[in-house]
Amino acid sequence: MNQEKIHTLNPDKWVSQHADYLFNYTITRINDHDLAKDLVQDTFLAALKAMNNFQGKASERTWLIAILKRKIIDYYRKINSAKGKAEVKMNFYSDGEREGEWIEERVPTTWNNETDKNLENEELNIVLEKCINNLPEKYAMVFRMKTIQDFETDEICKELEITASNLWVIIHRARTQLRKCMEDNWFKN
Amino acid sequence: MNISCDKATAICDKSQYGEVTFRDRLKLSLHLFLCKKCGLYSKQNGVISKCLKKHKEFKKSMKCCLSEDEKTAMEVTLKDKNLN
Repeated sequence: MNQEKIHTLNPDKWVSQHADYLFNYTITRINDHDLAKDLVQDTFLAALKAMNNFQGKASERTWLIAILKRKIIDYYRKINSAKGKAEVKMNFYSDGEREGEWIEERVPTTWNNETDKNLENEELNIVLEKCINNLPEKYAMVFRMKTIQDFETDEICKELEITASNLWVIIHRARTQLRKCMEDNWFKN
Repeated sequence: MNISCDKATAICDKSQYGEVTFRDRLKLSLHLFLCKKCGLYSKQNGVISKCLKKHKEFKKSMKCCLSEDEKTAMEVTLKDKNLN
């Protein structure tokens, strides 16, 4: 039987060998340069503390990524529980006789400049980015992972420890809010 | 049986990613046939998806990474902690 390869840790080289990789991993999930940088640094620091637990079964990078993954879930949990801040605007009545119906001021209205030329406009990206940033953070995070980064549904659910129906509720709320924001800031101008 | 606007638009949102079941697609079609508001939502949702597709390309074209200064700073912090 082959002897299992024993990996070793070399903290002096962590930044030069893994920082870019960890940063890219993070930025596709958390769209904020400084925040992503902090998470990478936190990961290295946590790894230093946990070096004694390293058994050498996985490669150094795999081990660092496992720690980073926990950091990202912790971050998601934190923004998920942050109450009151930028609450998502309701688009439908949530109870009573009209439950599930459109709330009047949120009903879609006809757009007057939805031309192909208008969609090619560079400025559209800026407005769209602003509208995504306007979403509550956890909605923006899940929405970006699914829509901009093209992650599979299963992958997001596994990584953030949420259910698929949970994910689709978030996508639904994000998109209804995004539609309204784009209507107000782009298609009605 | 007809579904609510909330449910219909939720299915419509999911359909932007091609992950809707046949049954749900039927429910959505029936609702859109009956409801102008959601019909408009559905149409605009398609436009938003088009914008997002462009946005995706735009984001991919501007890949960012850590600067050398940031990495050096990180190295210093790490060395500091490692010694203590």
